[in-house]
Amino acid sequence: MTTAEEHKSNGIGKDLAIYICLLVLAGLQFVIAYQNIGASQMFRRMLAVACVEAGLAALFFMHLWTEKRGFLLFVAIFTIAVLLGMQYGWTDSTRMVVGAPFSK
Amino acid sequence: MSQADPTLEGHATSLTVGPAFSIPTKKLAMWLFIIADTMTFAACLVAYGFLRNGSADWPRPFHSITNVALMTFILLTSSLTMLIGLRAARAGDKAAAFRWTMITAAAGILFALLHVREWLGLIAEGMTLFKNPWGTGLFGASFFSITGLHLTHVTGGIIALVVVGVRYKGGRYNADDIEVLGLYWHFVDLVWMFVVPLVYLLNLAH
Repeated sequence: MTTAEEHKSNGIGKDLAIYICLLVLAGLQFVIAYQNIGASQMFRRMLAVACVEAGLAALFFMHLWTEKRGFLLFVAIFTIAVLLGMQYGWTDSTRMVVGAPFSK
Repeated sequence: MSQADPTLEGHATSLTVGPAFSIPTKKLAMWLFIIADTMTFAACLVAYGFLRNGSADWPRPFHSITNVALMTFILLTSSLTMLIGLRAARAGDKAAAFRWTMITAAAGILFALLHVREWLGLIAEGMTLFKNPWGTGLFGASFFSITGLHLTHVTGGIIALVVVGVRYKGGRYNADDIEVLGLYWHFVDLVWMFVVPLVYLLNLAH
């Protein structure tokens, strides 16, 4: 089914449901911000919620779900691979704070 | 080489059959732009995390979540109005599609105004690109860079919404153009979902 056909066949109900889900998830991030937990744990929880939000928005608001599976895989694999590649800096970031082990 | 060469005709045809992934070229171009822009924002956010993790005195200047909560609500709602506009365009209802596109643009303007108001508040408290009263000066540089980049995208989106909306109403653009623009607008919304927790909520003053 093409995107245009998908639009015709579905009402606004699905869009509204996704919108409400996104509002709830956004609200959840604000709730997490006021939890009495460590910064790293808070970061992980917020990032997990943000990833779910982004997934919902990309799949349903941006209609990635109704595109060809090959395109979905292309976007997902390419994006995730590059995002993962950016994570190499974290160990060096920690070294800046504690000065170990390389600076000693 | 003759264009009528029968041995090459089939090969040439197979190379030019349909756009990649069977989606319209404009939409594919927008997706490639979005993927590239994702990398830009991701690099900014990772660099921000790098600096935050590597700075002992990272500031926590945000005392209230009201403004950022309102901005989030407005941006999410604008994504819904964009979808309604697209649905109207697909149904051939030009007036409704134009109206909802303009409502989306208005929501974007409101978001931008709230953003600028927040910036002015922080600047009034003494925050600049290079220094602030709360801790490391890197915070101002990274905060203004990331939120500024996002605000630039929102501003560009507002202009595009008005231009495409008017041209759609005038018959120069069609529903596909509204859909391509919608992809961009949802992407701007998607990025905000990461900016809010990393830049705002992790820096709440408790």
